Amino acid sequence: MDLKNTSDFVSGFWNMYVIVITLVSVIGCGVFLLLQDKAKTNAGNTTGHVWDETLEEFNNPLPNWWRWMFYITVVFALVYLALYPGLGNMGGSFGWTMRGQYEAEMKKADDQYGPIFKKFQSQDIRAVAANSEAREMGQRLFLTYCAQCHGSDAKGAKGFPNLTDQDWLFGGTPAQIKESIVKGRDAAMPAKGIKPDLNADQIKDLANYVRSLSGISTDSIRTQRGKELFGQACGACHGPDGKGMVGVAPNLSDKVWLYGSKEEDIVETITKGRINRMPAFGEFLGDAKVHLLTAYVYGLGGGAKDDAPAAPAAAPAADAPAAPAAPAAPAEKK
Amino acid sequence: MLNHDKIERSVPLLIVLTIVTIAFGGLVEIVPLFFQKSTTTPVNELVKPYDPLRLAGRDIYIREGCYNCHSQMIRPFRAETERYGHYSVAGEFVYDHPFQWGSKRTGPDLHRVGGRYSDQWHYTHLMNPRDVVPESNMPAYSWLDRPLKEPNIGAKMAALRAVGVPYTDKEIAEAPKAVEGKTEVQALIAYLQGMGLALKQTR
Repeated sequence: MDLKNTSDFVSGFWNMYVIVITLVSVIGCGVFLLLQDKAKTNAGNTTGHVWDETLEEFNNPLPNWWRWMFYITVVFALVYLALYPGLGNMGGSFGWTMRGQYEAEMKKADDQYGPIFKKFQSQDIRAVAANSEAREMGQRLFLTYCAQCHGSDAKGAKGFPNLTDQDWLFGGTPAQIKESIVKGRDAAMPAKGIKPDLNADQIKDLANYVRSLSGISTDSIRTQRGKELFGQACGACHGPDGKGMVGVAPNLSDKVWLYGSKEEDIVETITKGRINRMPAFGEFLGDAKVHLLTAYVYGLGGGAKDDAPAAPAAAPAADAPAAPAAPAAPAEKK
Repeated sequence: MLNHDKIERSVPLLIVLTIVTIAFGGLVEIVPLFFQKSTTTPVNELVKPYDPLRLAGRDIYIREGCYNCHSQMIRPFRAETERYGHYSVAGEFVYDHPFQWGSKRTGPDLHRVGGRYSDQWHYTHLMNPRDVVPESNMPAYSWLDRPLKEPNIGAKMAALRAVGVPYTDKEIAEAPKAVEGKTEVQALIAYLQGMGLALKQTR
């Protein structure tokens, strides 16, 4: 038995306190039964106690099956305490710890799945994105970690970007996608752009102009007035033509609207500004999973072309069949 | 000598002996927890007492019965740590009175939800979970977007101080100002965003 004092108790007293009470009560139960066993019984006769007119109580000895089961539990308790932790600081001769069991479980999983992750980690994102096994793993990871915001189909929702289209707020190259996952992204549009004296009417003009950039039909007078304001209020970030800049401000001239394209949506955006955040997942997920997720997101169809070879992102690949199932974390239903 | 007969005929004696008998379990399993380092000291310097807004949020969490469906206890199994993060340890809950471990997961565990989603996500999700997670069966808590009424926040902090949370007089005096003008949903989000950060970066 491990009697070394690696105590978590604030003083040695509590170690002895636990040991003494535990042993005294376990052994005490056995001794108590032994004494009662020897107490006088009188098989077949009653205790002489009569109540409710006719109810009487036999004074029989304990049944053997019950008595022996009780003794066995006492012995079991003592054996258990010798093998497993329980008596104060004693760790038990098996040396079992909850942490040890957890680490063994993690190591086993790492031995089993680690090589699969490693195989993909050493490959280029585009190659991984084209591998069907990697895509299956990536999808399971996506459903566990990303779907809550970006949706299980990765098409996003109001305020949460669609990852399947060609529009990238922070860039769609593998390196940029990976950076978004690892470090997260913060986006803030200040209320009223950089022209804090905008009034409600001017904001409406701007909203009309911005809608017109996407080819939505608008009030032409307001659009004209909005166009004049746009340069001062919005141009610094969104560019004079509203085409935005990756990592700075979204393109307003495409058909993608993170917060809705209705006039009142845009008025709200301009009036109150927008603050948004993609949390950082690098530390939590680790490099191997991030690599697979990057490839999965890249392969959803919107992966950016620049410095990209011509390989179609979603092409099915003839990779090794009968590969072991990927280790996705269990996606228990919410 | 105490015998069967005497014990059964005296109710007070029976009560006293019953209490003595069943007290043994509590004496060895509960009492020493108050004298263990791992249960009484914060696991690291990131574990801090709830600031007033988070405390108000915690009370909304309790009021709305969030613990009926969400646990705050990640067990040391791979299946849980892969999904949620580092398993929960006792030293993370030293300022929780009472802790909100819960015992049932209709929804996911929330112990490491802090920082996992944006504030905006939480707002949208609390107002109507289906807006962000179409598969969700969590009820909407749309009424939470109303002014927070916390006239007793200072008294709550003083009560927590009485059971060992190290609030200073200054913190208690300034508490009402910290919750002024906030909404209930803001308080709840502040509480959620502060959860489980102590071991968030630990794998």
